[in-house]
Amino acid sequence: MYNIAAVSFGELFLKGKNRGKFEQKLIEQIKYALKEFNHVSVYKDSGKVYVETKNEEDMDKIVEKVRKIFGISNISPSVKTSKDVDIIIEKTIELFRYLLSKEDIKTFKIKTKRSDKEFPLKSMDFSALVGGKILENFSFVKVDVHTPDVEVFIDIKKCCYISSERIKTLGGLPLGSNGKALLLLSGGIDSPVAGYMIAKRGVEIDALYFHTYPFTSERANEKVIKLKQKLEEYCGKIKLYSVNMLEIHKAIREFCKEEETTILARRFMMRIAEKIALENKIDMLITGESLGQVASQTMKSMAVIEDAINMPILKPLVGLDKSEIIEIAREIDTYETSILPYDDCCSVFAPQHPLINPKLESIKRSESNLNVEELIEKVLSTLEIL
Amino acid sequence: MLVYLDNSATTKVRDEVLKEIIDAHENYYGNPSSLHRMGHKVEKKIDEARTLSAKLIGAKPEEIYFTGGGTESNNIAIFGHLSNLKEYNNVITTNIEHPSVYNVFKQLEDRCLVKYLETDENGKINIDELHNMVDENTLLISIMHVNNEIGAVQELNEITAIIKRKNKNAKLHVDAVQSYGKIKIDVNKTPLDTLSFSSHKIHGPKGVGGLFIRSGIKITPLIYGGGQERGIRSGTENTTGIIGFGKACKLMYDNFDEEVNKLYGLKNTYIKRLEEIEDIKINSPIDGAPHIISVSFKNVPGEVLVHYLEDKNIFVSTGSACSSKSKDSRILEAIKLSKEYRAGTIRISLGHFNNFEEVDYVIDNIKKSVKDIRSITKRG
Repeated sequence: MYNIAAVSFGELFLKGKNRGKFEQKLIEQIKYALKEFNHVSVYKDSGKVYVETKNEEDMDKIVEKVRKIFGISNISPSVKTSKDVDIIIEKTIELFRYLLSKEDIKTFKIKTKRSDKEFPLKSMDFSALVGGKILENFSFVKVDVHTPDVEVFIDIKKCCYISSERIKTLGGLPLGSNGKALLLLSGGIDSPVAGYMIAKRGVEIDALYFHTYPFTSERANEKVIKLKQKLEEYCGKIKLYSVNMLEIHKAIREFCKEEETTILARRFMMRIAEKIALENKIDMLITGESLGQVASQTMKSMAVIEDAINMPILKPLVGLDKSEIIEIAREIDTYETSILPYDDCCSVFAPQHPLINPKLESIKRSESNLNVEELIEKVLSTLEIL
Repeated sequence: MLVYLDNSATTKVRDEVLKEIIDAHENYYGNPSSLHRMGHKVEKKIDEARTLSAKLIGAKPEEIYFTGGGTESNNIAIFGHLSNLKEYNNVITTNIEHPSVYNVFKQLEDRCLVKYLETDENGKINIDELHNMVDENTLLISIMHVNNEIGAVQELNEITAIIKRKNKNAKLHVDAVQSYGKIKIDVNKTPLDTLSFSSHKIHGPKGVGGLFIRSGIKITPLIYGGGQERGIRSGTENTTGIIGFGKACKLMYDNFDEEVNKLYGLKNTYIKRLEEIEDIKINSPIDGAPHIISVSFKNVPGEVLVHYLEDKNIFVSTGSACSSKSKDSRILEAIKLSKEYRAGTIRISLGHFNNFEEVDYVIDNIKKSVKDIRSITKRG
């Protein structure tokens, strides 16, 4: 039935002069998201973006893809016609018949918006005309202007668009409207969700993954790549860095106390992340930490870990329960991948009794047994882009 | 250098086999059930393969039924023997079976008494225990010939003798997937009833297996359909695979002693060289299969060693998983290997393409890796 989708923007109006730029960016993202479809064109017509397809059967899939793009407030699958009055009426009746085949409709309303003032009829008059034709054709329905079962919207611009349904989208802000951040992406459940939440506010994402090959498996890499690909449906293209932490783990094991392993390793990870971020003009880091979830995510532990760097760390999950995080992970379809068994860190490096109340002073003392800079340089030589 | 030492998992198809398969795809693509000449030609090819695979165990060709693989053969045999299973019956197997037998018996626990034979440190079942277990209500005993993790070999002649003496109606199924083509089996001398084998363990293609069913033994099929393989395994035959498998059988049969002696030689060399390393334990018994070496290293997670070696293009498998979340190896537990060794177990399994030139490279890298890993895992 539908040959076009009308896309409305969300909070863009906040952005004043930049509006045009962000609209252009959104159009590019829509095109990127729909690259697998043939015969699709994307264009603007006074205030909205339109996605037109020659294959009507693709429309559901197109809507599903576009729905995942941040900065869009809703999508309406529509019928595009010329501005010939008779054709508009004919197509509206056709759409109405289609709607009747899908749901039980007793009452309806026609609403017309006329941006093109040269159109011969005024909005109210045209609505009345089309409504009358519907009543003629379908004797069992009535008009109800207050709470109709279905509202048919006729939008007369350069072309005419007839629709009845508004599909809610994810909201948020268009990607790139808010700078870039580096996500510490593990193979777990939390970090992909954290990346999603920040991307939703218009932030572009790069990701950094730490492994300890050959203490971990190549399958763990594959898993993180899969997670990255899932996130890309929302976050656009993501550059994924990987760093092998083995040398640091070896050094910690040799020169520091076992119970400090996790805190020390996390401090190293932050330093490495900060370094990569600075080199790539990225302003903030993102982690999937949730307060109190594990030993390294207590207040004290987080404070000691954060102390290692100056760059701000965004922790969008900090106040969420595990069950709430899992719910979002399921929604964005990363959950099933996250629970695959391949770990990003071998249990060899997980202390039996990790500290939950680390003291900054003693952690710093332990660190003084290590050549921090040299170790960072050493592991950075394993930096790869996956 | 690439050294593939995971031949018990699967093997590389031999060139001669590959050629045969390509030829089959090009020239013998008809359906053997078709009445015309194209079908008949393929039927003859399949019967040649049947003859070749029968030879390796001294069976008659008509006692061989092709299936989709070892797991399928085991399922067909076990369920096929038990169509008259009553609640008062019992069935017997060992605690070191492959999952394709073990998990079938776990299913059977709902329907009758299932008894599991224990094994000693060498992976051998206790003949006296078997003697005590078999009674007049025993319907089926299923015992693997060669264990896939450690290579322990069961004495089939002794086993069959005891079973037939205690209950001549009890049936014996042998899972010979790991021994077929590597250890001599003669079904004329060993009165077992059914025996399963697989193509891809002897350099044939995947997706082909076989089941020996002794003449006169009744097996009720699991799958019904067009009645292929005389009703035992309906479904159009994997003709090109079966033809390739026939070739793999012939290659094995024609050079049996030479092939097997080379495997024994390699195995003994590896074991001797592995013993140069401290704190290790060879789990494969001295009288085990020619191609399986299970070795455990103290303080070395097996999974980590596998990754260290893969980095050097050496491919072995673990006996046990490193993460505490994964289950420990049932077989290594059964042979009472202590926990500190269990986690550090790898399996080196040999095949036709392995040679003595590889040994130094493999052993050097194992030594280096083990040393490296131990320096990390040992604290302080």
